[in-house]
Amino acid sequence: MTATVAVVGASLAGLSAARALRARSYDGRVVVIGDEVHAPYDRPPLSKEFLAGTYSLEDLVLGTAADEALDLDWRLGTAAVGLDRATRSVRLADGSEVRADGVVLATGARARRLPGTEGLAGVHVLRSLDDAVALRADLLAAGHLVVIGAGFIGAEVASTARALGLDVTVVETQPVPLAGPLGARMGGVCAELHADHGTRLLAGTGVARLVGRTRVEAVELADGRRLPADVVVVGIGAVPNVEWLAGSGVTLEAGVRTDARCATNVPGVVAVGDCASAWSPDAGRAVRVEHWTHALEQPTTAVATLLGTDPGTRPTVPYFWSEQYGRRIQFAGTRRDGDDVRVVEGSCADRSFLAVYERDGQPVAVLGVDQPRLFTRWRRQLRSAEPATPLTA
Amino acid sequence: MVPVCPTSALPPGEAIRVTDGVPAPIAVFNVDGEFLAIDDTCTHQDASLADGWLEGCEVECPLHASCFDLRTGMPSGPPAKAPVRTHPVTVVDGTVHVQVGGAAEGAA
Repeated sequence: MTATVAVVGASLAGLSAARALRARSYDGRVVVIGDEVHAPYDRPPLSKEFLAGTYSLEDLVLGTAADEALDLDWRLGTAAVGLDRATRSVRLADGSEVRADGVVLATGARARRLPGTEGLAGVHVLRSLDDAVALRADLLAAGHLVVIGAGFIGAEVASTARALGLDVTVVETQPVPLAGPLGARMGGVCAELHADHGTRLLAGTGVARLVGRTRVEAVELADGRRLPADVVVVGIGAVPNVEWLAGSGVTLEAGVRTDARCATNVPGVVAVGDCASAWSPDAGRAVRVEHWTHALEQPTTAVATLLGTDPGTRPTVPYFWSEQYGRRIQFAGTRRDGDDVRVVEGSCADRSFLAVYERDGQPVAVLGVDQPRLFTRWRRQLRSAEPATPLTA
Repeated sequence: MVPVCPTSALPPGEAIRVTDGVPAPIAVFNVDGEFLAIDDTCTHQDASLADGWLEGCEVECPLHASCFDLRTGMPSGPPAKAPVRTHPVTVVDGTVHVQVGGAAEGAA
């Protein structure tokens, strides 16, 4: 009988896993299972170029002509609903079952919703292609947008909507947006982009409720203010898609818990991307990373673990980017509160600068705003400075 | 042929972006003394490959880390799907020149 690997999840992490299997000469059957009907597509443009209307569906497609030679067995439009650890078989929503020798869990995450807003027209989250199509249609007919949450998705949607001519207000519970990923000082600097471009930012403000019977009409804040809204976008984070694994015996802990090599507690089952919470030697704890580059690179390690080969990859440092109001924000490394932040090029006032985060006098992270050339040099330097760390949990 | 710069202005490991006299920006690289030129704009999203990182005969896009082979223009992995065009480079009297109009090998 031919060996089979089931890849559960057909977005960037799943596709990267399938590619990595073939790159390592795995010649068994590779079944790729996805709950969406769409072939793998790129999500970052959904809040930017695609929402703006400058990217077509075709521009989003991740697959290439070379992928056709991978001979993948696609099961799209059918969610996985269960995993039997004894037989390593994946049960699908249509009642079928995929028996496998190895399983790659890559089911990603979904947008967190605001409780009590189900069924209210005009209220959106943005995670999938279908979400983006629906949001764009609504934005084109709207005048007032309220974005709840000033994280990357919220800020990017606000930026795109401003360019489409909408009146935009962003509401953020935290006093400083993006303080988690960038630190309070640089989070504050990046948040100033909103005011620069005519977006109102109300930080340190909670949302009490959404007003409207069948369609949203306003957002009521905790302090009683009412913001008129034709459309509301909720960007308050993501939840890993792991409920389907309940009872499977796979350890779940803010995602699928894995070691640093992506192995779960169940032999022959690995997990990657947004659904996985992998042991990080650097952080000293398990970390669930939601960044694009992570979903691209991590499957190489997972597939090596599955096949019992040496991952042999060069060390990487965490990297993510955002684009807001035409500015390119790039961040690499691992930041902690208490790091010293030093602007080494440009100035925050000009919205074009490079800031280096230092700990004990050593650079540990770098933030660039509209400084791609210099940022790339720092990112590579951080990568080469990364010490060899033990991978065991 | 479009003159770019004196060879001394483009040391090994460096790149220069050419915008004058060309229909679309071109990036010229010095790979250990050999000059190679490709389209400057990444085929994935609008980014200048001259701002990228040169490693061996490949350049990594400064935004999303797509790598392109400078000899063939082919991307070596996602997110880029399409190749960039390559352009012949010659050195005449100590000046680097680029000839526009090379083809992307992967483009059918």
